[in-house]
Amino acid sequence: MTTSTSLSRQALHDLSVCEMVAALQSRQLSAVELAQHFLQRGQLHGNLGAFVDIQEEVTLAQAQAADARLAQGSTAALEGVPIAHKDIFVTRDFATTAGSRMLQGYRSPFDATVVAKLAAAGMVTLGKLNCDEFAMGSSNENSAIAAVGHSAVLPVRNPWNTDYVPGGSSGGSAVAVAARLAPAATGTDTGGSIRQPAAFCGITGIKPTYGRASRYGMVAFASSLDQAGPMARTAQDCALLLSAMCGPDLDRDSTSLDVPAQDYSRGLNDGLEGLRVGVPREFFGEGLADDVRKAIDAALQQLELLGARLVPISLPRTELSIPVYYIIAPAEASSNLGRFDGVKFGHRAPHYSDLADMYRKTRAQGFGAEVQRRIMIGTYVLSHGYYGAYYLQAQKIRRMIADDFQQAFQHCDVIAGPVAPTAAWKLGEKSDDPVASYLADIFTLPASLAGLPGMSLPVGFSGTSGPPGLPIGMQLIGNYFQEARLLNVAHRFQQATAFHSARPTGF
Amino acid sequence: MSLTPQDVARIATLARLELEADQSARMLTQMNNFFAIVEQMRAVDTTGIEPLTHPVATIGEIALRLRPDVVSETNAREANQRSAPAVERGLFLVPKVIE
Repeated sequence: MTTSTSLSRQALHDLSVCEMVAALQSRQLSAVELAQHFLQRGQLHGNLGAFVDIQEEVTLAQAQAADARLAQGSTAALEGVPIAHKDIFVTRDFATTAGSRMLQGYRSPFDATVVAKLAAAGMVTLGKLNCDEFAMGSSNENSAIAAVGHSAVLPVRNPWNTDYVPGGSSGGSAVAVAARLAPAATGTDTGGSIRQPAAFCGITGIKPTYGRASRYGMVAFASSLDQAGPMARTAQDCALLLSAMCGPDLDRDSTSLDVPAQDYSRGLNDGLEGLRVGVPREFFGEGLADDVRKAIDAALQQLELLGARLVPISLPRTELSIPVYYIIAPAEASSNLGRFDGVKFGHRAPHYSDLADMYRKTRAQGFGAEVQRRIMIGTYVLSHGYYGAYYLQAQKIRRMIADDFQQAFQHCDVIAGPVAPTAAWKLGEKSDDPVASYLADIFTLPASLAGLPGMSLPVGFSGTSGPPGLPIGMQLIGNYFQEARLLNVAHRFQQATAFHSARPTGF
Repeated sequence: MSLTPQDVARIATLARLELEADQSARMLTQMNNFFAIVEQMRAVDTTGIEPLTHPVATIGEIALRLRPDVVSETNAREANQRSAPAVERGLFLVPKVIE
């Protein structure tokens, strides 16, 4: 098949997911052409460290199958469009490591529900994307896995400035989309792991309401918080992807909600006249960098121009969300990671004296420093005599935080604010100070604890809090099941602005 | 409140983690730094507040489902054991537990 002149080869990676769907459906483009193009781009930009596994034959076979279905008239929503998956989703045809030495070379006997649903919608998998070990981190510096084409473990680099972190934990996903190595990627968000890397890399990402997307086949970090979501360049693309990812998975995920999947694309163009945008005063305090504040203020003004009304609100327990989250998430992690004992899968220490010694050595060798820290914190707060003071207390405050949002939503339809207090930081800058990087999660943690949908969209660039030109993201938070409204607001914003189409130099 | 080296040793035992001496020392400092930011949480009055487990339970009751305890999968022993560290005749091998 020949590509039409309007779709020159150079432009393939600039097409949005929606444009690809149209070009594939009209047979201007084949799935194999797209897959080959992106496989080459991934190789060309291997120094970013985004991919941790590629299997060209698998990808091309999937693309050929998609082309065969297209030839038979398939109108599956995403037929033939490539995507890459965060390496936290288990996949039958690609290795799954969750960024951990513990799972180096692990091959899953099955595909995660999200992966299977996207495949059923026609998507072609380009490979697996780097992430912080077991999704624990905000800079992707906690991965223990060497990227494709490298023998040593190297940091994943932000394409806007390769001395800077891409954010985390879905860092590889954000980099792949920002550098146009994939038109879309999956991510997971426990305390901000979709929203923060999306902000740092200048792309768009959404975490749906907890329970919307199945957790089956997502390597578990904190089960009452983990949610999957799409990352792409536009809200319009995210809407299409999210529609295919969500839906009940009642037999396989005990916390999956029995709420039917929805077409998130339908309301994208709805008007914003009269929309009440809540602006939480706690998100604009002292710790917020000037350039971030300026970019968010300008974005809020843009929403006003589109007909929205700004409403001051308060989320009084914003700061408390840090200790509450960093008690609950490690507690659940210490329990979830108990399964890594060197018996049924994963790493086993080569030398040991007895079974207990095998466990201790296996886990000490297999888990990285941040994961060990969180297991220790989690074990402690769940242990006899401390459970009530820490874990139970955190769960109670978690309810108060969730109730605060319900109070706020009596006065507004969506909430808007910064995703993070600053733009991306320099590689290595916070790696010796775990608490400093926990504090930087302050604006994403509240919605995570409440299980609310949240998204990030690019609204500007840094100027004072680092070198100029690093992306800044705005966060939108909706009430339960209001994903469509968030995507609608983001889409209308993107129709009126060009931040989402800015491109890092050289990509 | 501050953790002691004995606390760290006890927690590591519970967590089945072997920590070298320098790791234990670093862990102690980092855990104490962390628990310093947790103090503000302990002072919050939560009398009468129910702990929240499934977040969407904020707006209504979420019944956790049970399913019948029946076999739903077909035998996939080989695929399931493909990533096992030590297997013999379809069985997982572990060090001797009873002398």
